[in-house]
Amino acid sequence: MKRKTKYVNYTKWGYIFLIPFFITYIVFSLIPLISTIYNSFFENYMSGLTQIGPKFIGFDNYSSIFFKSELPVYLKNTFVIWMMGFIPQIIFSLLLAAWFTDLKLKLKCTGFFKTVFYMPNIIMASAFSMLFFTMFSDAGPVNNLLNSMGLPTYRFLAEVAGTRGLIAFMNYLMWFGNTTIILMAAIMGIDTSLFEAAQIDGANSWQTYKKITMPLIKPILAYVLITSLIGGIQMFDVPQILTNGNGNPNRTSMTAIMYLNKHLYSKNYGMAGALSVILFIVTCILSFFVFRYITKDRFAEKVMKRKRGDSCEN
Amino acid sequence: MKKKLFSLLLVCILVITSLVGCGSDGDKEVVKQKTDDQDVVTQTTDDQEVVTQTAKEQGKVLNIYCWNTEFQDRFEYFKKSGKLPEDVVVNFIVTPNENNAYQNALDAALLNQESASADDKIDIFLVEADYALKYVNTDYTLDVVNDIGLSEADLSQQYQYTKDIVTNGNGVQKGVTWQATPGLFAYRRSIAKDILGTDDPAEVQKALADWTKFNEVADQASAKGYKMLSGYDDSYRTFANNISAPWVTNDVITVDANLMKWVDQTKSFTDKGYNNKTSLWAPEWSADQGPDGKVFGFFYSTWGINFTLLGNALETSKDEGGKEEVGNGIYGDYAVCYGPESYYWGGTWICAAAGTDNASLIKDIMYVMTCDAAVLKQITVDTQDYTNNQAAMNELAAGDFKSDFLGGQNHIKLFAESATKIDMSNISPYDQGLTEEFQKAFKDYFDGNVDKDTALSNFYNAAIEKYPNLKK
Repeated sequence: MKRKTKYVNYTKWGYIFLIPFFITYIVFSLIPLISTIYNSFFENYMSGLTQIGPKFIGFDNYSSIFFKSELPVYLKNTFVIWMMGFIPQIIFSLLLAAWFTDLKLKLKCTGFFKTVFYMPNIIMASAFSMLFFTMFSDAGPVNNLLNSMGLPTYRFLAEVAGTRGLIAFMNYLMWFGNTTIILMAAIMGIDTSLFEAAQIDGANSWQTYKKITMPLIKPILAYVLITSLIGGIQMFDVPQILTNGNGNPNRTSMTAIMYLNKHLYSKNYGMAGALSVILFIVTCILSFFVFRYITKDRFAEKVMKRKRGDSCEN
Repeated sequence: MKKKLFSLLLVCILVITSLVGCGSDGDKEVVKQKTDDQDVVTQTTDDQEVVTQTAKEQGKVLNIYCWNTEFQDRFEYFKKSGKLPEDVVVNFIVTPNENNAYQNALDAALLNQESASADDKIDIFLVEADYALKYVNTDYTLDVVNDIGLSEADLSQQYQYTKDIVTNGNGVQKGVTWQATPGLFAYRRSIAKDILGTDDPAEVQKALADWTKFNEVADQASAKGYKMLSGYDDSYRTFANNISAPWVTNDVITVDANLMKWVDQTKSFTDKGYNNKTSLWAPEWSADQGPDGKVFGFFYSTWGINFTLLGNALETSKDEGGKEEVGNGIYGDYAVCYGPESYYWGGTWICAAAGTDNASLIKDIMYVMTCDAAVLKQITVDTQDYTNNQAAMNELAAGDFKSDFLGGQNHIKLFAESATKIDMSNISPYDQGLTEEFQKAFKDYFDGNVDKDTALSNFYNAAIEKYPNLKK
């Protein structure tokens, strides 16, 4: 027997252990993705018990979505509701993350509070929105409370502001804990000597926060923004359950994915496919911006380093 | 090498055992024994019921698709008739109605009907009026006369509207029902006395004889601090059952003038505060029917009066130990009159599925449960459900049948008269979906969020989303 190499080659194991991921990815993500695109070019639905199609109709599904449907309205709804939830979410998360990591404040029981803030995220979204649906119904506990305090009652789910507000509030409650923890991790990753140096130089808390914390957690902030945006585009469970799939009132709380779900009734694979492809492209564009943002940052760092290196040599 | 083989073996065993767990259906064990010419099958179900079967040319398994246990309860009457062969296993496959789940399950099963094995095929399925034509207009349902073998004479005592609902475009009847569900207007006697000075059903009916008079009474009710109706959809069926054209003709959606009358009436009631802005089946709606309610009346059909309204009227519900008697809540304070227009609400039809291997058994079931006057009369006497036999119902109407809940009124008499007036020739397969979307779209109009035209165009959008083949 002749030995080929003096060391054991482990590289093939890396590939072997990756196989399960690729199989799962191909079966559950890639094939559905391709078949969605394929289906979007066909007229294919059920009318009662009769199957209509599949018949190749080119881009007709796309043109009817762009010119006949109200998709832009639903995209706008999605964006508005997402913003209504995201702005308070990011403000409170930044505030809480700053407090929890502040060395001077030395808050007690942060672990307890972190758990409490994260709690709403553990509850199933559907259970959460059922709870809100009952609490804010016309004769629900909240209106009873308003009534007993002598205040006028408010039909939350029959008013645009009420419904959108509740959805945004629920999204905010569910996600601010998660964002707080991510931002805390980002802040704790900053070298404490920077804060100490700032303290010695006489900077106050606000200056430290603005000049040191904020710039250094910027990449993480961008990450939070983009993941939340992509999650926002896919907003579905909360408004679906809260408005029983109707996006009341006047479809002002109908999100893009709820609109997609509407096509399930007639098993309209063609239209649903076309809609999914459009949403996929929108998400792709947004993701592209993140990717560029993050890589641009790294690129800039590299440039800076090289410049510094140059100046040293000189 | 040995180690490798051994570990491979172990992995295989692990995988196989874990997969085996998924496959076996622990509920049922079927043991077959061969004795002479007959197959005797012993089936053990989870409730330890043991049925011994003997073979004949008919199928041994009767599969019934339904959405609740109502038919299962009524099926006891068929069992009592003794016509159910001892060796036939009856399976009730129940899928709840919510979010179209029942129809989805039924559609999937029907589309598989041809390839399913004889014992897995659907034999009977139940449908509701709103979507009956979806099935009746296809070859998935059997003709009750020519395929199943019921005679025209057998069906002669059934109310005409119950036959119209399950008759396809060629005049072929594809289903039968054991109940007729004419609707009436159930009002509070105490409130009627306060507003109209009388609680006599005949007098109240005079005051509510048409929609103009109905609206006048609403004015008076409001002046005395009462609400005429509870919510938006309360009067919908009364208008919708009296339309002049079906929802859909040649794939074009028509919004009937009578439906727009409902819109206008409800809008004016809402703006004037004549209703409580509730929705059907919402907790607020049920509460309006109870002791604290201030609502004059409700449009309700047979089952609604004896079951839903009665339940809601009690102060202490039956579950909490309350009794159905005068003194518990407003038991006895309701009465019924015809109301402005005749209509029906609800009902369940029995259809025989194409491909069934139990045709003669289905004939027996359909005959006993929907044509046999004695059985139908007994069902009404036992359960107060209004059944689909004109002779039997007229007999009860003429008798001294009375309801304590309705203050001693013989409501069967009113049902019997109302049922013959219902005209359901204008139904379409799209009724359920379009009705739902219409009510939803106009809820925004009633709430004041949109104007009438926007609501109408929202309705068209939602309708075409649901049924891509329809046009405005």
